[in-house]
Amino acid sequence: MESNNIPIVKMRNITKRFGAKVLANDKVWLDIYPGEILSILGENGSGKTTLMNMLSGIYFPDEGTIEVNGQPVVIRSPKDAFALGIGMVHQHFKLVDVLTAAENIVLGLEEPFDIAASSAKIRDICSRYGFDVNPDQKIYDMSVSQKQTVEIVKVLYRNANILILDEPTAVLTPQETDKLFAVLRNMRSDGKAIVIITHKLHEVEEISDRVAILRKGQFVGDMLTKDTTPGEMTNMMVGHAVKLNIERPDPVNSKPRLEVKDLSVRSPDGILKLDHVSFTLNSGEILGIAGISGCGQKELLEAIAGLQKAESGSIQYVEDDGSLDELLGKDPLEIRQKGVALSFVPEDRLGMGLVANMDLADNMMLRSFRRGHSFLTDRKAPHDLAEHVVHDLEVVTPGISTPVRRLSGGNVQKVLVGREIASAPSILLTAYAVRGLDVNSSYVIYDLLNKQKQNGVGVLYVGEDLDVLLELCDRILVLCGGKVSGIVDGRKAEKMQIGRMMTSLGGEA
Amino acid sequence: MKSKEPVFHIVKRDDLPLYKVIGIRLIAILLALAVCSLVTILVTKLNPLDVFRAVIKGAFGSTRKTWVTMQNTSVLLLIALAVTPAFKMRFWNVGGEGQVLIGAWAAAACMINLTGKVPEWFLIVAMSVTSIFCGAVWAAIPAFFKAKWNTNDTLFTLMMNYIATQLVACFAIVWENPKGSGTIGIINNATEFGWIHIGNKYLLPILVALVMTIVTYIYLNYTKHGYEIAVVGESERTARYIGIKVDRVMIRTLLLSGGVCGLVGLILVAGVNHTLTTTLAGGRGFTAVMVSWMSHFNPFTMILTSFLLVFLNRGASEIATSFSLNTSFSDILTGIIIFFIIGCEFFIRYSISFRSSARAKEG
Repeated sequence: MESNNIPIVKMRNITKRFGAKVLANDKVWLDIYPGEILSILGENGSGKTTLMNMLSGIYFPDEGTIEVNGQPVVIRSPKDAFALGIGMVHQHFKLVDVLTAAENIVLGLEEPFDIAASSAKIRDICSRYGFDVNPDQKIYDMSVSQKQTVEIVKVLYRNANILILDEPTAVLTPQETDKLFAVLRNMRSDGKAIVIITHKLHEVEEISDRVAILRKGQFVGDMLTKDTTPGEMTNMMVGHAVKLNIERPDPVNSKPRLEVKDLSVRSPDGILKLDHVSFTLNSGEILGIAGISGCGQKELLEAIAGLQKAESGSIQYVEDDGSLDELLGKDPLEIRQKGVALSFVPEDRLGMGLVANMDLADNMMLRSFRRGHSFLTDRKAPHDLAEHVVHDLEVVTPGISTPVRRLSGGNVQKVLVGREIASAPSILLTAYAVRGLDVNSSYVIYDLLNKQKQNGVGVLYVGEDLDVLLELCDRILVLCGGKVSGIVDGRKAEKMQIGRMMTSLGGEA
Repeated sequence: MKSKEPVFHIVKRDDLPLYKVIGIRLIAILLALAVCSLVTILVTKLNPLDVFRAVIKGAFGSTRKTWVTMQNTSVLLLIALAVTPAFKMRFWNVGGEGQVLIGAWAAAACMINLTGKVPEWFLIVAMSVTSIFCGAVWAAIPAFFKAKWNTNDTLFTLMMNYIATQLVACFAIVWENPKGSGTIGIINNATEFGWIHIGNKYLLPILVALVMTIVTYIYLNYTKHGYEIAVVGESERTARYIGIKVDRVMIRTLLLSGGVCGLVGLILVAGVNHTLTTTLAGGRGFTAVMVSWMSHFNPFTMILTSFLLVFLNRGASEIATSFSLNTSFSDILTGIIIFFIIGCEFFIRYSISFRSSARAKEG
């Protein structure tokens, strides 16, 4: 049904540069067919989103042509794109929190404002494709998956027949993903062209009819999904063969390292983010934390690191001789000075762990600049440490004095992890350590974490990819709405079981 | 359809080599002079070369004029140095004006109330301590409120200016001399008691500014404090994460920033003007903000920038007098020059690439 069709969109020789050095898209060719789900597969930074942003009017290509329905077109703004029937659902939703779903959907449309008529049309769209949206519900009352649905309906409301979704499953549970895929299949049968941007192979296999692969801004090839294998796709995506298994050495000599008891944390606006969370982190193990995003993962790590005030409960560090040391109520500096080696790799690498405009050496200094009594800073030690990290972790950088914002995501992460590990921690907290990293860099990070684990470090690994959590972690703690839904054995647990535990306490339906 | 394509787009540049940066700035200044000439010819029918000559004469026409230019440069430079640590921390201290004024007020208070009661060395120490202290407190109040309740730094520091101005206006009546004049007049005019002069009467601010330039440069770039300021400025969250006490750094930095402004107030009262008026700072608290930004917070570049602004300003008033033009005309010329100098920053950071040229390259 696909190949003998006429493409609805033809992109030819599309090139986009950012600045003098970054070539985001290099003469890319792409065809999109009606009644087909196309996956655009590629590692982070391969230019998937840039390419689609040019189709949806966010960017304008430096070179190349776009044809829609056989006509050459110029798309200068999202408005032009909508006029051509092209709509995009971005990774970061663009919704006004205090408005209702219907109000968000009609926002910006040049039609008479009649919320009742609009709501009726929204309900009509919903019943046609199987969406579940209440037009009168406020956005702030909605779950992530509901917000995403509003975004999709918003695009359909504008009569889009070419729908682009940027990593739509990144924020969804397995169950929500299934629901989304069902809706996408309905839209396909309706003759719409659907493009999903992703880097997850199993999703490509599950949902798409055809897959187009980008690597470093270049179009590598496209093929029917049923004719390809994960191995082939990975090779095309990365450029060489990679192993797809994560190692998991058995924990050695494990004993309790951190005892968290009845920890409750409230956000500044009074919402209970953690509700009586209790668990034990052992030395020499990787304890995974799973949960829908915003379920208290951030608050948990920040509470342990001393960045977040707790309402009640305790966080006790177990010294080697068995004595307990309360961490709660201490600030990050005191926790460090007490000799409790906590290393925290925050989720927002450049926003929290590193200073983007400073160079590698100055970023190494963040941890050590207080050393010594001199009023002046010691520049030698951090410089040496930076050289070590660059050498040991194979950081690709023009030099020690390059600002970290110039490095790619994987290298930034290596710099951050390298610095944290250099302080010889006994507990390593990581949040989304591989977010935005390509396949190779991800494996380097997994290896680093495993090495720490074998050195007896207790590793707390907050992750979003359940497949990785299940392959890497010894135990997995599942959070659901700030409560501990359960702790499962990483070697035995099932993905669907964890998915259920993420949405309901204990996993009961 | 084709005509709808955008003609050009703007691209962020990587760092340019220094000679190109200087080149762009030189072109900007030449263009500015060209536009100034054009405006001069069109509006006043005067020979622009005569006008430019008058500008130089205004700044360097006599030994006295040269000294005054250097002195004014130093005062502006000092205020710019004072606000820079705050700016580097992304704390928008636009209250330099008020901090200088309150420092000046403290110095004047000491001079007026202590003269004849204490030895001169004691007066000078007391003036120094109180003016630096008052300036520091004036800046630390908004810092404290921001640290505790996250108030808006720009608004708060700005409002503190008005309080300082009104306070000085009030004391101009309290201390008026002679009675009925509504002004304070030259303090200790006859005895010069408590006046601070080194060598000639222009040298004090120049020397202090030179020392402060070096001190500020070292403080910002090589000390632990300077490093903390940079981290807080770049990312408050990172600062918290590594255990920097952000509120403490904020208050400490503003104490310093205000303290140096207070010192400028002392210099103005004890070393330059010997009186206190509401316009003593003369808008330099705001001009200093521009100096600091135009120099990208580099203390040595600030020497050039503040010199340029003072030079233009002095030249402008010379044009006004020697060609009997309205001062507004010299303001127009200054405005044109500053427009080009600031505008050229855009071309240093971005380049404009034309779509047709991109095509041509490809073909």
